[in-house]
Amino acid sequence: MKLTEKEYGVLAKKRSPNSRLYKTVPVAFAVGGAICVIGQFLTELYKSTGLDVSAAGTLTSVTLVFMSAVLTGFGLYDKLAKHAGAGTLVPITGFANAVVSPALEFKTEGYVLGVGAKIFIIAGPVIVYGLAASAFYGLLLFIFGQA
Amino acid sequence: MSRYIKGGTVIMETLPSIVSSGTAVGRMEGEGPLGSCFDYVSEDSGFGENTWEKAESRLQQHAFEQALLRGSIAESDISFVFAGDLLNQCTGSAYSMRNNGLRFVGMYGACSTMAETLCMAAIFADNSVGTLCAALTSSHFCSAERQFRFPETYGGQRPPTAQWTATASGCAVVGAHSEAPFIKVATVGTIIDMGIKDANNMGAAMAPAAYDTLKTHFANTETQPGNYDLILTGDLGYVGSEILRDLFLQDGVTLGDRYNDCGLMIFDREKQDVHAGGSGCGCSAAVLCGHILPRVKKGELKNVLFAATGALMSPTLVQQGESIPGISHCVHISSSCE
Repeated sequence: MKLTEKEYGVLAKKRSPNSRLYKTVPVAFAVGGAICVIGQFLTELYKSTGLDVSAAGTLTSVTLVFMSAVLTGFGLYDKLAKHAGAGTLVPITGFANAVVSPALEFKTEGYVLGVGAKIFIIAGPVIVYGLAASAFYGLLLFIFGQA
Repeated sequence: MSRYIKGGTVIMETLPSIVSSGTAVGRMEGEGPLGSCFDYVSEDSGFGENTWEKAESRLQQHAFEQALLRGSIAESDISFVFAGDLLNQCTGSAYSMRNNGLRFVGMYGACSTMAETLCMAAIFADNSVGTLCAALTSSHFCSAERQFRFPETYGGQRPPTAQWTATASGCAVVGAHSEAPFIKVATVGTIIDMGIKDANNMGAAMAPAAYDTLKTHFANTETQPGNYDLILTGDLGYVGSEILRDLFLQDGVTLGDRYNDCGLMIFDREKQDVHAGGSGCGCSAAVLCGHILPRVKKGELKNVLFAATGALMSPTLVQQGESIPGISHCVHISSSCE
């Protein structure tokens, strides 16, 4: 090769098409927004049955997670996510998909070493760093929140 | 007796022939532009099995059986099987061949494996080591995804440079025979790493290896692209093949219409939504065995240079921040024994 690694990197980048942001960003916005609208609708629905805001919110999360898990099981969530990108990744439904999909995929390796060991293979970092961050902020609140 | 020239190039003195070939593919590949060329198309991506790994082995068995059937070859006539796939420890091939009692040589060259196994089969046959040698590879979209990327139902988005692992398998049986296609020359490549770290851009990682092997082959055999009707890489996809054209253009060599890539042939990139094209060691195997070899046999193609390319990475090494080494081996297949 006559090219250096750096020169080759420039050539490779030139020939590698970028994501079409003008298309992916609006779709992500629309789908992500639609999921939030469904969530808001559910919250209002639960509130109308006499639940308080906190209980209605929790039930909304549970419902969205359930819907996402079912759609993942039928192989529909990934088809939507293909177009929606961050629109389906960021809401709680994306987290449910990230847990359910390995559970389904690795069932062939058994319930202990397959499902059990690999269920958090994608969502694991979110749980680990989410818990670590909440513990850290809890500590900060404990020390400085007293004043 | 094979004659080694230099730089990995081996001349086949007795001109071993590809006496038979067989292919098997999944539904999506069957719906692709070359669908009618394949011997066995399965509507069921599980191939009647309960795991994706076993599905791949079954797929490979279908290709092997088709090759035997088409050539009226008894299984016992196969002296050696050179087989490979993408799965860890080469299990797609090992489990496909575990019950037939044949002499088995497992090989790994990522997506270059078809050229690698074909080189070995040709050299064995050229030196009368055994009677018939099979070169066999496979890849399955679902078994590759779960090993290299994400679970199948995970909602991820692929970048435009990503390629789609073909569910496909091809088998070529090589031996002494008076009919085309003949294997004239093989050039074994070296590992080339130009620092590409993006596992979603395999084409860019492998293109320099294809360039190096083809250039070495042209120099060692004193030929040029114009001496071949078709120069076929597999599977650089759209990005890699454009880069390969650029690299040759920098030497003042235009590959033009005589160049194509298996990853661009097996799928319709626009209609089948496969981004940069197909990949997987079954992709080039199925395109070669199902589409190219029959055309060489008929004389529609006289000289084909088949250069399969492989990205020799693993998810572990990529996660450790290593760049992706590429490799390519090429085989000159001809309709004439002159």
